[in-house]
Amino acid sequence: MSRPSIVPQPFAALPWKLLLTVIAIGGFGLVVLYSAAGGSVTPWAGLQGVRFVVFLVMALVLSRFPEGFWRQMALPGYLAILVMVILVELLGAVRGGSQRWLDLGFIRIQPSELMKPAIVLACAWFYDRLPAAAMRTWSALWPAGLLIGVPAAFVMLQPDLGTALMITAGGLSVMFLAGVPLRLFIGGAVVLAAMLPLAYAMMHEYQQNRVLIFLDPARDPLGTGYHITQSKIAIGSGGLTGKGFLRGTQSHLDYLPEGHTDFVFATMAEEWGLVGGLLLILGFVLVVRWGVRVGMRAQTRFARLVAAGLSMTVFFYFAINLMMVMGLAPVVGIPLPLVSYGGSAMMTVMICLGIMMSIDRASGGRRGFA
Amino acid sequence: MFGLQSKRLTDVTQGFTFTRRAMVLGGVQAGIGLLLAGRMGYIAIAEGDLYSTLADSNRINLTLIPPRRGWIVDRHGQPIANNRTDFRVDIIPSRLTDKEATLARLTELLALEPDDLARINEELKVSRGFQPVQVAADLDWQRYAAVSVRLPEMPGVAPARGFTRNYPDGAAVAHLIGYVGAASAEQYEKTRNPLYLTPGFKVGKDNLEKTLEARLAGKPGAKRVEVTARGKLVRELTTRPDTPGETIRLTVDAGLQRFAARRLGDNSGSVVVIDLLTGGILTMASMPAYDPNSFSDGIGHDEWDMLSNDDHLPLLNKAMQGLYPPGSTFKPASALALLGAGVDPEERVYCNGGYQLGNRRFGCLGRHGPMNLHTAIARSCNTYFYHMGRRVGIDAIADAARKLGLGAEYPLPLPSQRYGTVPDPAWKRRRYDQAWAQSDTLNTSIGQGYLLVNPVQLAVMASRVASGRALVPNLLMGREKPAPPLPFPAEHLAAVRAGMDEVVNGHGTAGRSRLPLEGIRLGGKTGTAQVRRISGGARGGLGVPWKYRDHGLFVCFAPVDNPRYAASVVIEHGMSGSGAAAPVASDTLLYLFDREKALAKLETLEAGWGGGIEERMARQAAAFKAMKAGAGLPPAPPAEAASTVANATTPTPAPILDRANNTVAPVVVPGE
Repeated sequence: MSRPSIVPQPFAALPWKLLLTVIAIGGFGLVVLYSAAGGSVTPWAGLQGVRFVVFLVMALVLSRFPEGFWRQMALPGYLAILVMVILVELLGAVRGGSQRWLDLGFIRIQPSELMKPAIVLACAWFYDRLPAAAMRTWSALWPAGLLIGVPAAFVMLQPDLGTALMITAGGLSVMFLAGVPLRLFIGGAVVLAAMLPLAYAMMHEYQQNRVLIFLDPARDPLGTGYHITQSKIAIGSGGLTGKGFLRGTQSHLDYLPEGHTDFVFATMAEEWGLVGGLLLILGFVLVVRWGVRVGMRAQTRFARLVAAGLSMTVFFYFAINLMMVMGLAPVVGIPLPLVSYGGSAMMTVMICLGIMMSIDRASGGRRGFA
Repeated sequence: MFGLQSKRLTDVTQGFTFTRRAMVLGGVQAGIGLLLAGRMGYIAIAEGDLYSTLADSNRINLTLIPPRRGWIVDRHGQPIANNRTDFRVDIIPSRLTDKEATLARLTELLALEPDDLARINEELKVSRGFQPVQVAADLDWQRYAAVSVRLPEMPGVAPARGFTRNYPDGAAVAHLIGYVGAASAEQYEKTRNPLYLTPGFKVGKDNLEKTLEARLAGKPGAKRVEVTARGKLVRELTTRPDTPGETIRLTVDAGLQRFAARRLGDNSGSVVVIDLLTGGILTMASMPAYDPNSFSDGIGHDEWDMLSNDDHLPLLNKAMQGLYPPGSTFKPASALALLGAGVDPEERVYCNGGYQLGNRRFGCLGRHGPMNLHTAIARSCNTYFYHMGRRVGIDAIADAARKLGLGAEYPLPLPSQRYGTVPDPAWKRRRYDQAWAQSDTLNTSIGQGYLLVNPVQLAVMASRVASGRALVPNLLMGREKPAPPLPFPAEHLAAVRAGMDEVVNGHGTAGRSRLPLEGIRLGGKTGTAQVRRISGGARGGLGVPWKYRDHGLFVCFAPVDNPRYAASVVIEHGMSGSGAAAPVASDTLLYLFDREKALAKLETLEAGWGGGIEERMARQAAAFKAMKAGAGLPPAPPAEAASTVANATTPTPAPILDRANNTVAPVVVPGE
C-alpha cells in the first residue's frame, strides 16, 4: 500500500484476482449463451450480460459493508427470508401451487434462493454467540438444527429438493466448521446410510423411479434419463477441444434439453471440449479456494464461519450441477452459477462473493489468491 | 483469571479446530474438483468416440435408396426381367392408429378388392410392426395423388415411388427366372440389413432371381439429412446414388422360350432346348406356370389356392424337378452301351412280340420280325434291347447312361435339381438291400424300372449323342467351357444318330413330326413311360383317368447332318411320345429354323385352344373364382379334362414292374 499508484487506492485495494476470475467465468458463460441461442445476443446472452454487471456491482457494494453489519443482520435477515419462504409457499398454495417467486421487475427472486446465504449467516451468528464450553452440549445442536430444518422443510414442501438440499448442506457445513463433534457427523452419516433403504421404501413410486433412472439413465430414455443421456452425448462428443464455437449439434438441433440453463455446461463442453471444461472447473476451484482462505485469514469466529461457509455454498452449486450433467448425481435442478441463464443463482453467488469480499476487507489480509 | 485463561484457551482450540476443518473441507472441495475433471475426461476422451457416434446418429437421419435390380436378358440382349417405375401405397403397421378406418378409407380411394383386403389383413396380422405392408402397387397417378393428399388423416399410410420387377414374358419364364418379393422377417433377423425394411425393396424368391441375388441386388444409395430433435429437416448432407445390380445375360433365347411355353398349350410338361455349340440352355420351359409378375406383388388367397390345388402342378419346375422313367427315349443310350460292348450293329434279333426270361415274358409293342440296331431304334423294338441288354449286362448300360449325363447334377444356378437314378447292382443293394436281377437289366435296357431322369438330363443326353461331346448344360452366357469328346467311337454315335434319323424321317415311330423344311432333318426318339402298373396289360391310354395315363417323351436333335440343337420334351400323361411330345419338339425346333412358319402353326393351334397363355390363365382364374363363389361345389379341375382331385405330390411315377412277383407277372409293355 505504500507504493504510490496511479489507480485510486480503494480501486487498487479490490481483490482483483478474484474479480478477474469471476468476470472470466461470467464472460465465458455469455459466450456459451450466445452460441446456445444459435449465435444471437437475444434472448439470453444480452439480458444475462446486463444481470451480470448489475450483480457484480451489487457484490462490490456489499463488499463495502463492515463485518459488523452482517453480524447484526444475520438473524433478522434470516427471519425475514424465512417469513417470505413461508408466505410464498402459502401464496402458491392459494394460487394453485405454481408461484414460488417474488417479481422484482427485472428479476424474479425465489426467497428460498436467498435462504442459501442466509442460513450460513444465521448459523455462523449462532455459533459465534455460543460459549465455547457449550460446544459439546445438546444446546449446541438443537438451535442450529431448528435454523436449518424449518426453511429446509418448507422448501422441500414446494417441492424443491435441490434447494432444500443446498440449504441443509450450507448449514451443516457451518456446524462442521464451528467444531460440532466429529462423531455426530460420522454417526449421522451412518444413520443416514442405514435409513436410505427405509427412505427408498417409503418413497412414492415416481420418486423411486427417479432414483432408479439416476442409477441407470437408459431405463427412461425419453424422460429424465433423456436429459442425462443427451448431456453425456454432448460432453463426450466434444472430445478434447470441442466441435468449435457455434458448431455444437446437440445444443443447436435441440437434442440437449435445458441447454442454456441447468445443462449449460454440456452446451459449453460440446463446443469447447475437455479444455473448456477443465478451465471452467479450475475457475470455480480458484473462487472457492479464495473463499476458504478468506475464512482462514479472518480474525473473528463469525467472519471465519461465514466466509468458509459461503465458499461451501458456492462450491455446492457448481459441484452438484456438474455431477448432475455428467451423470454422477440425479437431476435436481441446480443451475451452474454465473453461467446458466437466469438471475437467481447469479444473485445468490454474487451476494456470497460480496459478503466474502467484505470479510476479506475487514480482516485486511493479503489480496487475491496468493 | 483462571476462567479467562480457560476461555482464551478454548478460543484458541476453536481456532485450531476451525483451521483443521476448513482445510479438510478445502481438501474435499479439491478432491471433488478432481473427480469432476476426471469424470469429464473419461466421458470426453475415453468414451468420446462412442458419444461422437451417438451425437451423429442423433442428428443424421439416413434414408436408404433401394438399388434398382439388375436386368436379366436373353442371349440377344432382350429383357426377360426388367424394372418399371410405379406408384405404390404401403402401410407401416406400427404407425397405424385406426386400422379399420384407414383400411376403409383406402378401399374407397384405391378401389381395393375383397381379395386384396384379405391379403392386407393377413399380412398386417403377421407383420412385425416396422415392416411395411403393401396396400397397392402399380397405381395410376390419380389414385396415388388421391392417397397422398389425404395422408394427414391416415397415419401409418406411406405412399412411395419405386420400381417394380417386370417379366415381359410372364408365366413362360416363371420356372426359369422365379420371382421377387419382400424380404422375410427371418432374413431380416439374420442379416439385420436395414434395406430389408425399406418399403418396395424386393429380394429374389426363387430360381435365377434367388440364386443370382448377390449379383442382381446392387448396392443401396443413401440420403443423409440433418434433422433437429423435433424431426425438422435442417439440411441435406450428402446423397449417394444407388448402384444398380448387374445385368445378367442368359444363354436362353427368350423368343424360343416363349414359343415353347406357348406350344405346350394346356399340357402339363416341359421343353428343354440345348445349343450344341456351347451347351447353353436355349429354353427351359415348364408349364403350366404362375405369373411371376403377380407373385412379385404378393398374390391373393384365391390365386394361391388355385395354383396349389392344380393337378398340373404350376408351382413345380418340371424341367429340373420332375422325374420320369425315360422309357424308349433311353434306347439311344442302350444302343451305345451295346456297341461299346462289342455287339455287331448288323446282328439280328428276331422279335416275336416279346422276350422270355424264365417263366416271365417281357413284351414288345409289336411283332417286328428280324431287327438289327438301326431298325430296333427306328421301330423302338423292346425285344432287341431285352436280348442285347441282357447280353452286355447292367454295368455297360449304366456306364453309357452316366457318360451321357444321366443321374448327374449339373452346375446350374437353380435352387433345386432332382437328379434321378441310374440303377446298378451296387445301387440296388444300397437302396433296397436286394440282389440285382436279370429282369432289372431288361427293364433298364428299355428305360423303365428304376431308371429315373429329369427333362434337362434327357436334353443333355440328346445333346451328347448329337454332338459326340460331353456338353455340360449352362444358363449364364460366357461361362461355357469347351466340352471334351465323349469316349464313344464316332461310328457308334453315327449308327445311333442314323437310327434316330430313321425314327422321324424313315420307317419310324415319329414320322408325323418331320420338319416341314427342305434339307433340314430332325432326328429323335420317342418314349412312352408308364405311370403305374396297370393290371391286365392295359395301357395308360384314354380309357383311364388323366393322372394314370402314360407320360409322353421325346428327345431329338437337328439338323441331322450337322447337329446344332438338341431338345427334350416331356408331356405328363400325354399318353404317347409320338402323339404328344414329338410334335411339340418338332415345332419348337422349327421355330429356330423358320420362325414365321412355326408361329403361323402355333397361332392356328392356339385358336383351337382358346387363346394364348395369358388369355387361358385369366379364364381359368375367373372360373376358379366363380366356382369358389358357388358354395358347396367341389374344387373343379382348373384345366383340361382332368376330373381328378388335385394331386400335390411331385410327378414321380410309381414303380413300373412288379419285381417281387416273379411268377405270372402281368406283362407290361412300355415303349413304342
